[in-house]
Amino acid sequence: MRNVTVYITLKSGVLDPQGKAIQESLNSLGYDEVQSARVGKTISLQIEDGPNLEKRITEMCEKLLANPVIEDYRFDVEEAVQS
Amino acid sequence: MKFAVIVFPGSNCDRDMYYAAKEVLGEEADLVWYESAGNLGNYDGILLPGGFSYGDYLRSGAVAATSEIMQQIKEHASKGKPVLGVCNGFQVLTEAGLLPGALMRNEKLSFMCHFEDLIVTNNETMFTSLFQTGETIKLPIAHGEGNYFCDETTLKDLQANNQIVFTYENNPNGSVADIAGIVNKKGNVLGMMPHPERAVEMLLGSDDGLKLFQSLVQNWRESYVVNA
Repeated sequence: MRNVTVYITLKSGVLDPQGKAIQESLNSLGYDEVQSARVGKTISLQIEDGPNLEKRITEMCEKLLANPVIEDYRFDVEEAVQS
Repeated sequence: MKFAVIVFPGSNCDRDMYYAAKEVLGEEADLVWYESAGNLGNYDGILLPGGFSYGDYLRSGAVAATSEIMQQIKEHASKGKPVLGVCNGFQVLTEAGLLPGALMRNEKLSFMCHFEDLIVTNNETMFTSLFQTGETIKLPIAHGEGNYFCDETTLKDLQANNQIVFTYENNPNGSVADIAGIVNKKGNVLGMMPHPERAVEMLLGSDDGLKLFQSLVQNWRESYVVNA
C-alpha cells in the first residue's frame, strides 16, 4: 500500500482572490512581511501498489483531481507504514 | 421539440428549466435523473440546470462531469444537437471538456444574486438568432463561482471563431473579457452563467430569456423540416 498526497494549486498566472484576502488579513494583523498568499488543497489517497503507479496517479490528476486549465498539481508517494 | 432536463444530486434549478420548457414554451420536457443514462437518444435538446451538483465537491461541476450520463451528453453534442448548460450546467460543460476554459470563484469571493445587463455579442447561433447582435438584455445571475477563465490562446480562439455569445455590461465576477456565455466551435453547445430560465415571463422581472428558448425551438423546427 502507498500513501499518496496530491497537492493542487492555482497556476501562477491565475488570480487567487482567496489568497489575496488571506494576505490582506495577515497584513492587517500586523504581519506586514507577508507579500503573497496562495490557497491550494491536498488530497490524500491510499493506493494499492502496482505497475504504472505514477502514471496512473498522473492520469487521476489530469482527469479529475486537478483542472489543468487553472490548476497545477504535484504528488508525493510514500510507503504506507503497517500498523 | 423534446427536452431532457438532467437532474444531478444537488441540482436546484431543474424545475425552473422544466417550467420554462414545458409551461412557458409549451414544448415537451422531462426531468431526467442522472442515473437514467441510456435513453437520451429520444430527446432533441439537453438542458443542464443550475445548482450545486454533488455539493460542488472538489470543484463545481467536476464530479457531475465524470458521471456516466455525460457520455450520452457528449454523443448527443457530437451529433450537432443542442446542449444548454446554465450556471452549474456551464461549470459541468467546462469540466467535461465540452466547452473550453473554467469557472472560478468570483473575484470578490461573495455569492451574487441579482439582475445583470448582458450584451448579445453573437446572434448567429441556434440559441440567439431571435436577438439582435449588440442588443442589451436583462437576466438574473446567482453564483459564487462564475468567474470565467481561459488562457490567452483560448481567448483568441473564442474571439476568432465568434464563440463568445453573451458578455456582461458591468462585469460582476472578474470573468476574462467580460464573458457571460460561450458556445463550442460547432455552435450547438452553449454554456452561460446567467439564468435565462428565470427570466421567461414579466412576473419574474424580465422575459428576456424567453427569446433564447424560442430561438432554439425555431431553429430546431426549421432544421427538422429540412431534414425530414
